[in-house]
Amino acid sequence: MNWVLVMPIAVPFATAVIVYLARNYPAGRWISLAGSVLSLIASAALMVAVLREGVVAAQMSNWDAPFGITLVSDYLSAVMVVITAITGLATAIYALGEVPEETERLGFYALFQVLIAGVTGAFLTGDLFNLYVWFEVMLIASFSLLVIGGGKERLDAGIKYVALNLVSTLVFLSGIGLLYGVTGTLNMADLRGAVAASDNQGLITVIAMMFMVGFGVKAAMFPLFFWLPASYHTPYFAISAVFAGLLTKVGVYALMRMFTLVFVGDVGFTHEILIWASLLTMFTGVIGAAAQMDFRKILSFHIISQIGYMTLGLALYTPLALMGGVFYLVHHIIVKANLFFVAGLAKQYAGSTDLNRLGGLYKSAPLLAALFIIPAFSLAGFPPLSGFWAKYLIVKAAIELDMWFVTFVSLLVGLLTIYSMTKIWGYAFWKPHPEGYDPTPDRAPARVTATMITPIAGLAAMTIIIGFFPEPFVQFAQTAAMQLLEPTDYVTTVLGVQP
Amino acid sequence: MNSIIFTAGARILVALVFVFSLFMLLRGHHLPGGGFIGGLLGAVAFIIYSLASGPEETRRALRVSPEVIAILGLGIALLAGLVSFFMGDPFFTGQWYWVGGDSYETAAFSINSVLVFDIGVYLVVLGGILSLTFAFEEET
Repeated sequence: MNWVLVMPIAVPFATAVIVYLARNYPAGRWISLAGSVLSLIASAALMVAVLREGVVAAQMSNWDAPFGITLVSDYLSAVMVVITAITGLATAIYALGEVPEETERLGFYALFQVLIAGVTGAFLTGDLFNLYVWFEVMLIASFSLLVIGGGKERLDAGIKYVALNLVSTLVFLSGIGLLYGVTGTLNMADLRGAVAASDNQGLITVIAMMFMVGFGVKAAMFPLFFWLPASYHTPYFAISAVFAGLLTKVGVYALMRMFTLVFVGDVGFTHEILIWASLLTMFTGVIGAAAQMDFRKILSFHIISQIGYMTLGLALYTPLALMGGVFYLVHHIIVKANLFFVAGLAKQYAGSTDLNRLGGLYKSAPLLAALFIIPAFSLAGFPPLSGFWAKYLIVKAAIELDMWFVTFVSLLVGLLTIYSMTKIWGYAFWKPHPEGYDPTPDRAPARVTATMITPIAGLAAMTIIIGFFPEPFVQFAQTAAMQLLEPTDYVTTVLGVQP
Repeated sequence: MNSIIFTAGARILVALVFVFSLFMLLRGHHLPGGGFIGGLLGAVAFIIYSLASGPEETRRALRVSPEVIAILGLGIALLAGLVSFFMGDPFFTGQWYWVGGDSYETAAFSINSVLVFDIGVYLVVLGGILSLTFAFEEET
């Protein structure tokens, strides 16, 4: 029956319905929080099932694969679902402090839960068209969340975001149509065999490139990343954190899934392109960040540069590299969401996100400074934080392949990341506040500060735990990578499962 | 729109289109029709009404805000999917109870979870489309 696969999607949807009906009451936000806790429990149950059985699959509506919609979870999907639930819970707590009541009344929490449901659905589905539907669910929810609360800047950001994401979805949809025309199936597990058996490999490679473009826009890869820094610095901090943590990762996940499960016929060609795109993504992202002077814009550009590492893990296409990619994915979601949370609290304290108008936070908010250091240095790859292990695995994979240029760029980008992080540190924390006063935590009510700092501390603790005890996480990532490279288990579970 | 002919005609048209939308909803699943197309037609009925009498009057006629209709529809559709949980089937498996027979050909009619799901879809589409059109109409 495998209801464990359904619950992580059904719980946020049910929460969204109840929360929307209760949006005018204070109880609404607590229902949202309770829903996020339930989602976390549901995803933990899925994780337990996956750890026990390897791959779990369920046929929706009792229609056999490849005709119905299959929900399927291997190690990678399971860990992504869990990390989505964790980020969702952290954001639900953070939003209690940040989001004003008028915005709650517009249905903020309902939209947020729909977004989480969309992301979870995208990680769990085993059907390409269903994946497209989840992308749409995410797009609709995220667009509303981007512009909620109003303002010219948000609308401007929202239009850029939607326009470019629609283009990506269109390319993706055309790819789906062509793929269905060539193979006659859209079930991912079934596609593996059908694509390999197709006698029109040239066309398959063209379709693969369409998927790469479609997912590449979603993941903010070079040269299609420009929608991201144009939009991520405007919404509520809770929202930009969940966007930064999860949305681009759905693109990376989809790339990893399709280019290990389905499009493996011409690895030399497709993955070579991926290598170069990844390197350029890493480099332009980090250079773009160096030019920015806004807390959130710097972080936005860093998302792009870090995405490059993850896709590089996929592009190198060795067990070690993929393992690094999976590890990077998980580590990055925690760290990046956390940095956006910190930016939001810094704004609460000091009144701005412009680095020129920030300052003095080290003196007046030492706890926040300490909590910034952890994710920031983890992002830059300092040992022994989680980012170090992630970068270490990728770089080691590149060295093993004797790809010295790739190694060089990875290390260089890591160095430049440190530059940006120290810039934030110097401007926002060390230098005195330009307007001459000490930004004090007293400016915000104690309740607000407490709810906002709790998720920051929690995520920072997770970064440290992964950093000091990487062994189980690395082993998990290794199994995930093996399942990606040898998906026979995935295929037989999906196609052979009896309803 | 200040046209007496349109306002008078709209009354008949609204009722006809709305009844037709319910017909389409009930006809669905085994024959062309269903919740989505029915919801669109239902929305058309209310849009005609709002063109004739204004969005304010239409909101009053609806009694419930379109956003709430849509979200309730989502809840109903979700519940229809969860029914199969108690029957021991996978999510969204249709549950059928035939009256006066044991299949589509022989039974007089059936009680099933698919119709509940379609009603949910109907409400989502109706509410979604109307909240969009009201937003446009009230803007200008």
